[in-house]
Amino acid sequence: MATTDTLTNTQWVMACFTDDIPDNGGACVKLGDEQIAIFNFKRRDEWFATQNLCPHKQQMVLSRGMIGSTGDDCDPKVACPFHKKTFSLLTGECLSGDDYQIKTYPVKVTEGKVYIGIA
Amino acid sequence: MSKPTVIVIGNGMVGYKFCEKLISRSNAYNIIVFGEEPRHAYDRVHLSEYFSGKSADDLSMSTLSWYTDNDITLFLNDPIQDINRVQKTVHSSKGITLGYDYLVLATGSSAFVPDIPGVEKEGVFVYRTIEDLELIKTYAANAKVGAVMGGGLLGLEAAKAVLDLGIPQAHVIEFAPRLMPRQIDSMGSSMLQSKLKSLGLNILLNKSTQCITGDHKITGLQFNDDSVLPVDMLVISAGIRPRDELAKLAGLHVGTRGGIVVNEKMQTSDEHIFAIGECALFDGMIYGLVAPGYEMADVVAAYLTEADKSFKSFDMSTKLKLIGVDVASFGDAFITEPDCRTIIFEDTHKGVYKRINISTDGKYLLGGILIGDADAYNMLLQTVNNKLVLPPSPEDLLLGARGGAESDGGAGVMSLPDDALICSCEAVTKGAICDAVNNQDITTVDGMKKCTKAGTGCGGCVPMVKDLITGTMKANGLYVKNVICEHFDHSRQELLDLIRINKIKHYDEVLDHYGRGDGCEVCKPVVASILSGLWNDLIVKQDVIQDSNDRYLANIQKGGTYSVVPRIPGGEITPDKLIVIGQVAKKYNLYTKITGGQRIDLFGAHMNDLPQIWEELIDAGFESGHAYGKSLRTVKSCVGSTWCRFGLHDSVSFAIEIEERYKGIRSPHKLKGGVSGCIRECAEAQAKDFGIIATEKGWNLYVCGNGGSKPQHAQLLAADIDSETCIKYLDRFLMFYIKTADPLTRTATWLNKMDGGMSYLKNVVINDSLGINQQLEEDIQGLIDTYHCEWKEVVENPELRKRFNHFVNAPEEKDPNVQFAPMRDQIKAREW
Repeated sequence: MATTDTLTNTQWVMACFTDDIPDNGGACVKLGDEQIAIFNFKRRDEWFATQNLCPHKQQMVLSRGMIGSTGDDCDPKVACPFHKKTFSLLTGECLSGDDYQIKTYPVKVTEGKVYIGIA
Repeated sequence: MSKPTVIVIGNGMVGYKFCEKLISRSNAYNIIVFGEEPRHAYDRVHLSEYFSGKSADDLSMSTLSWYTDNDITLFLNDPIQDINRVQKTVHSSKGITLGYDYLVLATGSSAFVPDIPGVEKEGVFVYRTIEDLELIKTYAANAKVGAVMGGGLLGLEAAKAVLDLGIPQAHVIEFAPRLMPRQIDSMGSSMLQSKLKSLGLNILLNKSTQCITGDHKITGLQFNDDSVLPVDMLVISAGIRPRDELAKLAGLHVGTRGGIVVNEKMQTSDEHIFAIGECALFDGMIYGLVAPGYEMADVVAAYLTEADKSFKSFDMSTKLKLIGVDVASFGDAFITEPDCRTIIFEDTHKGVYKRINISTDGKYLLGGILIGDADAYNMLLQTVNNKLVLPPSPEDLLLGARGGAESDGGAGVMSLPDDALICSCEAVTKGAICDAVNNQDITTVDGMKKCTKAGTGCGGCVPMVKDLITGTMKANGLYVKNVICEHFDHSRQELLDLIRINKIKHYDEVLDHYGRGDGCEVCKPVVASILSGLWNDLIVKQDVIQDSNDRYLANIQKGGTYSVVPRIPGGEITPDKLIVIGQVAKKYNLYTKITGGQRIDLFGAHMNDLPQIWEELIDAGFESGHAYGKSLRTVKSCVGSTWCRFGLHDSVSFAIEIEERYKGIRSPHKLKGGVSGCIRECAEAQAKDFGIIATEKGWNLYVCGNGGSKPQHAQLLAADIDSETCIKYLDRFLMFYIKTADPLTRTATWLNKMDGGMSYLKNVVINDSLGINQQLEEDIQGLIDTYHCEWKEVVENPELRKRFNHFVNAPEEKDPNVQFAPMRDQIKAREW
C-alpha cells in the first residue's frame, strides 16, 4: 500500500478511508506498532496527523481530543481529553505552556483514501 | 546664613505632627521641641490600650531616634516657664534659654477637674497621661468599687480602663441626662447604656456630685439628690481645659473660658507665635479631637513654607469603639423635624440604634448617629460631606439593600468624587489613594499607609481605603469580559438567547453567525450544552464538539479506558438487575464500586467494548446514567416512610419520580439531588443542587447546595409544599439555571454570583417576578418529552457503534497500551 515520493524521500502509507474519520474530529490508526491520530479538519478543508500519545501523562488519546484553532492566525490545534493540554497540529508544539513536543505527519488524501507520510 | 528657628512647646500628638508636617514640606528650619512629660510623643487617643497590653513604646508616635535623624532638638521633662516676646526667647524650667523666629504652642489640654470638695483625697485621679495611668494601675490593685466621673467620650474611655484593670464593680457618673451628650441623642444613649450595662458598667445619669467623702482617702460620692455611692477609687474624666497659662503669662489673647485665640492661620495675637491643637481657640471653639489638631499643624507648616492653607471649621464627625461598642456621630446629628426628616432604626435585641437625618426634600443626608453597628459610618459620612444624592429609599442606607443583596461596598466608594476626604486624620483624598494605586503600584493597606499615611491616625478609614485599593485595581486590571473564549464575544446566556431565537441547531452555524476562527475545546462543549438544553437532540449526532466523556458516552479514566454507570433511580434496584450488573462486570473484567450517588460504577471498559456492554445492560432494562454528562446525575434518597420508623413520606418514590423527570437534561454543569424522608436528613439533601426534605405538612425544597471542594448548604426555597408544587418550582428553578448560568458553574456558585441572591431567586421562581415562569415550564417540559437513552440509540445504530473502535483501520483490535494491575481481587488502572 505504500508509495514513495522520490523528491522528498517521504514514504506515503495508506492509513484509512476518508469516511473513517469524522468531520472536524479525529480517529486513531495503527501503522505497524505506532498509533497515529488523524484529524479531518473539514471546516478548513485540511487534514492533519500526529502521534496518538499525549506526552503529558503518556496516554493514547489525542485522536479523541477536540480540534480547533487559536490566535489571530487561526493556528490549528488539538486538545487532549485528559487535562486539556493543547498541541499545534502544524508543528506539534505544546501550546499550553509546557515543554512537550509531539510528532506530526504530512497527510495526503486521494480518491477517498488517507495517506500518512513517513520520513 | 543660619536657618531660622522654630520652637515647639509641647510634644504631644499635635506637636509631633507639626514637626512631621514641617519637615515633609521643607528643611529650611532649625526645629527645637520642649516637652513637659518624660516621654516623647505618644498616642493619647489609644491610651486605654495601655491597660489591655500595649506598652508605652507601642503607643509612641515615633522612635526617639526619629528626632535626631531629622535634626530636631528635643528637650523632654523640661516645660517652658516663660516666653519673652520682645527678645523672642523662651526659658525652660531647667534653665535653658533659646531664641526663636517662630514659636508654636502645642501645649494641649489638661483634665478638667470640677471644683468639688474632696478632689484632693487619695484615690481620686485624672485620666490624661501615661503617668496618670500608672498611678491608677497601682491604686486599682486594692480597689473593689471604682467610679468614673464623666459619661462623655473621654469618660467612657476611662471606664474601659477601669474595666480592664479588673475592678469588680464599676460606675459611670454623668451630670447630663444622657451619655456622650455632645455626640449622641437620648435614644442612642439608652441603647449604649444597656450595652454597657451588659458589659458590667453601671451608669448613673443626672447626677451632680456634691462632695467626695472620706477622711484622707476617698470612701464615696455624695450627690445633690442626697444619695451616696460608696467607692474606693474615682477617675475624673469630665472634660478638658486648654493649657493656656503660658500664653496668658506672655500676654497673648486668650478666651474668657480658656484657649489661646488664633486666626485661620493659627496665629495668636503675636504674629510670630502660633497655637495648635487643644490649646487653641478658633472661632470660639476648642477642638478636642486629634484630626482637627493635625489639620492645624499642617496649616502652620504650610504658612512657614509659604504655602496657602487656612483652617476652616472642622468636621467633628467621629466613630469609635467604646468598650467594644461602635459609636458614631456624623454631620448634623441633632437636627430635628421640621428642619429635616429623621429615620430611626432600633434593634434592642442586638443593641443597635441608627438614626439618619435627611433634608426635607429627601435628597441629601444631613447627619446621623450609629450605635452598636457603625459599619456604614464611612459611606454615610462621605454621603454627607460630598452631598451625594440619596437613593429613592434612604432607609436602605441604614438597613442595607434588603432582599438578600450582597453589600456592594467597593462600588459605593468608587462613586465618590476625587476630592472626597477619606482619611480625615491625615487629610488624604480619594484621588490621592487611587493615584497611589495607579502610579505607585500600591496594592495593600500597609503600603498605602507608608505611601500616603492614610489610615495611620484613628484607623477608622481603613476599610474604605481597602475598598478603594481593590476598586481601583479592578478598574485597572485586566478587565475580563465574561465571554466564552477567543472565538465568541458572548456570555453563555447571550449565546443561548441568540441560538434559541434564531433556532440554530448546529455548532458550525453558531460559529459562522456569532463567532470567528475554528472554535476550540472551550466553546465547543459550551455550544453543545446550549444546543442540548434547547433542542435536546441526540448528542452523538454532533459528537466532535462534545467533551470526550460526552463523545463516547462514558467517563474516560486513567489509562484511556472508560467507566460505565447505568441509571439506578433513587438508588433502588432489584436483585435481578444487581445480578446483571455483576454478570456484565465479570464478563468484561470490570472493577465495580458503589458510587456516592447510590449507584454502581463499572471501571476499566475498553472503548471497543462499550456498545456491547450497553447492549447487555439495556436488554436487562437499564438506561444510561449520564454520569459522563453535564446533566442530572442522581437523586439520592433515604429509605423513607415505607420502611423507616421515623419516615414522614415516601422519599424513595419521590426521588425516583424526580430522577426520571429530569434524567438526560443537559445543563451548564452536573446536577445532583436528594430526597430525605424526615428531618434526620439521611439523604444529605442539603448538600445537593436541589434537596427535598419531608415535613409534617409536605416537603421543604432547598436549592443550590454543594459538596465538593467548597461545601455549601442548600438554602430553603419553599417550605411545606405539596409534591406538585415542589415539582413546579423545581421545573422553573432548573430551567432558569440552565438558561442563565455560566459554563461549568454549579448551582451554588451561580447563586453566589446572582445579584439579589436567594430572595431574587425566590422572586423569580415563586412570584414570577420576571414573568418567565410559563416559558420555563414549557421549555423544561419540552426537554422532558424528548428524553431518549443515548446508549439505546447507539446500540441500535451500526454507524454510531463504529465510532467506538480504537483503530479505524483495525476495528477488532483493542488498544494494546491499556494495562491493568491487580488489587483486592479486582483490577486497577496502571499508574501514570
